[in-house]
Amino acid sequence: MKFLRDLLDKQRPMFEKGGKLEKLYYAFEAGETFLFSPNHTTGIKGAQVKDAIDLKRMMITVVIAMIPCLLFGIYNTGHQHFLATGGTTGLWDNFGDKTWVGVMLVLPIVLVAYTAGGIVEAIFAVVRKHPINEGFLVTGMLIPLVVPATTPLWQVALATVFAVVIAKEVFGGTGMNVLNVAMTARAFLYFAYPAQISGDQVWTYLGDKMPVDGFSGATALAVVYNAGVEGTQSAVEALASHNTVLGSGLFDFTNLFMGWIPGSIGETSTLMALVGALILVATGVASWKIIVSGFAGAYIMGFVMNLFAVNEYMALPPQYHWVMGGLAFGIVFMATDPVSAAQTEVGKWIYGLLIGVLTIIIRVTNPAYPEGIMLAVLFMNVFAPLIDYYVVKANKTRRIQRATV
Amino acid sequence: MGRFSKAHSSKTDMSKIVKLKKGFDINMVGKAKQELADFAPAQTFAIKPTDFIGLQRPKVLVNEGDTVKAGTPILIDKALDQVIYAAPVSGKIVEVKRGDRRKLLEISILADATIAYEQFGQVDIASLDRDALAAKLAASGTWPYIIQRPFGIVANPAETPKSIFISGFDTHPLAPDYGFALQGQENYLQAGIEALAKLTSGKVHLNVDGSKGTPAVFANLKGAQVNKFSGPHPAGNVGVQIHHLDPINKGELVWTVSPYGVAQIGKFILEGIYDASKVLAVTGSELTKAAYVKTYTGANVSSFVKGNLNSGHVRVVSGNVLTGEKISLEGFVGFYHNQITVIPEGDYYEFMGWAKPTTRLSYHRALGLLSFLTPNKEFVLDSNGRGEERAFVQTGVFESVTPMDILPVYLLKAIMAEDFDEIEELGIYEIVEEDLALCEFVDVSKHPVQELVRKGIELIQYS
Repeated sequence: MKFLRDLLDKQRPMFEKGGKLEKLYYAFEAGETFLFSPNHTTGIKGAQVKDAIDLKRMMITVVIAMIPCLLFGIYNTGHQHFLATGGTTGLWDNFGDKTWVGVMLVLPIVLVAYTAGGIVEAIFAVVRKHPINEGFLVTGMLIPLVVPATTPLWQVALATVFAVVIAKEVFGGTGMNVLNVAMTARAFLYFAYPAQISGDQVWTYLGDKMPVDGFSGATALAVVYNAGVEGTQSAVEALASHNTVLGSGLFDFTNLFMGWIPGSIGETSTLMALVGALILVATGVASWKIIVSGFAGAYIMGFVMNLFAVNEYMALPPQYHWVMGGLAFGIVFMATDPVSAAQTEVGKWIYGLLIGVLTIIIRVTNPAYPEGIMLAVLFMNVFAPLIDYYVVKANKTRRIQRATV
Repeated sequence: MGRFSKAHSSKTDMSKIVKLKKGFDINMVGKAKQELADFAPAQTFAIKPTDFIGLQRPKVLVNEGDTVKAGTPILIDKALDQVIYAAPVSGKIVEVKRGDRRKLLEISILADATIAYEQFGQVDIASLDRDALAAKLAASGTWPYIIQRPFGIVANPAETPKSIFISGFDTHPLAPDYGFALQGQENYLQAGIEALAKLTSGKVHLNVDGSKGTPAVFANLKGAQVNKFSGPHPAGNVGVQIHHLDPINKGELVWTVSPYGVAQIGKFILEGIYDASKVLAVTGSELTKAAYVKTYTGANVSSFVKGNLNSGHVRVVSGNVLTGEKISLEGFVGFYHNQITVIPEGDYYEFMGWAKPTTRLSYHRALGLLSFLTPNKEFVLDSNGRGEERAFVQTGVFESVTPMDILPVYLLKAIMAEDFDEIEELGIYEIVEEDLALCEFVDVSKHPVQELVRKGIELIQYS
């Protein structure tokens, strides 16, 4: 590695003050610190030693936690394609072909998201003279996982640019943003190009093949919603009898939990989201309080809906809410973003709980938005500072009361 | 105590038992062996005005070449001129060192072979009223050991604190064991406590380590309320102890004294001299021999360190690695420091250092950080900065190492924003740098936490 180090040391003066490429210093620095942890030492006064962690390591932990979702998403994209076009029925049949289809669809999306995000980061770093933020390592992976595999690449690029600029950089970069960046990207797509991210046609990649007769590309949420409107059979029955041309039990509880269903690339599998949650909680990178209270909030609200059920959707057993749509993925990876979440420990309980509750309210009662997690997270991002405000105020009040006792 | 604080306290007689859960012990290689080493004695000693944080307008009372005795005034603060800063040893003033813009850095003394003392005469505490006692102590050279909270500055003898706190144990990395360092000083500690008791309108609290037995030197002291604290660092920090026993509100004054100071005050009371001798812990992974050494305040470290190193590229820290100060191989120990720590200098690059699995010490468990698997291991820590400064991202970590009902991140953000009301309301009166030093260590975003704390204190102090 000495060769690399020497090379960097040789180039360094060019990027430092007075050098030819002084303006690109932060771009150079980002590359340099990626390759080599810096040789800075601690100051004269204060802590003389530092903890081995840094922000890069923390962020990469989140990326690693998403890999099960990514790998599952790649295979599932291929699997759904073969299922819908009648190419296969068995889960592990045509393993190589399915993986290939998935990789060819998903990999470009990941690359585009990283490239678009990286370019925006670099431009802002150079113009605003701040270091390149490691946050985009996470954002660049999150965005591909919350869009359908059929999303046009230019839309991915546009959404990434929009989100990084509007949701993050205008506030001053990672750490300063109010909204979760990846959720903002998805919301942008949802409102700007609804045709490519909602409805029944986008979740399964068909390519130039024809779907089998009787195929429906609807998601579980849509099926349940329709059951609620029609009221001819219970929501669970509707799920069970859906798309039987592709095999029975496509939308039974186990299959929903496993995630062998159409949906956005990385969000279909509750199991894989939980594996990610396990990594995040075990490493202490994400708040278990938000995850636990998020799932609890969804269950509680689902149960409350049961109590006041006037249609079949409201009567849906609450545990189904956990396994449908992007709820699990959203709670595990989006709600726990430490910057946009509540930052006080008490606040985290409230914040997570309300995300769960709101998601179910939006799902069940709002016909315009079949999936509630996206708006619930963004909504609570906005309210997190308010929650914290009251928690912090309580802290101040305790201090004042102590003085007057 | 806060509703959400994890501390439990209970009353037994007068004293209190407080069990703390939040915090983090940094176990390091290079603990001082419990013996007095035969290092060559230090020759020069220095008073560093920069050690006294609140010192506003220093004035040197001696010139290079003057001879002084132990206890001879050599420095005052024109803003608080009844408090004198005295020579720790007798000898000749060899240098009055100034830095940029003539900032006073060091007044160093070449010590006599036998120390001669200024004779102040014994003090009969009972016959003096409070102010007379305070005046005597202020002129003794021992007064700077008395620190005022809020702000962590040298106390004003004209003011009366609501209580005085002594922390009887130090939980910092490689900190000296007071039971060893102060053995034989019982009488002086007792006299010191009696003097302090007269200076406050309230109690003198002596807080001892509740997880170990009380060391013999503290076991039979009278006149102080003895409380037991247990838990990881910073349980031994006097600021944390104050928070749980008699918290400081706006407008209130509390004084703190380290046991070293109490003993020196007591010696002044009983013998009428300023004896600045102290037993210093010489610690750190880079030393061949880590042990205690008997010397005086402000000792030059070279005779303890040179020839005692097992590697070439080291950093000498006056104090501990969390709150200490980098000094040179010929530097002087700070007035308030009772240990030196010698660690490897960390000015190296590391290929993919942020991604490689590492057994280096971390409070965290993020990917590849393996130290949580070996909680009892002693670590070699170097001075590498471990990454670059970033905006606050991770939350909840500072709270988990701060056993006080304080929200460190909100307080630090208020300081950055210079929001005076917020700084005050979020508890600046209760902390000094050392109370949030662990936050600086564990910080993912590598903020200069202690520097910020001082900035916040000064914003309030001088507003």
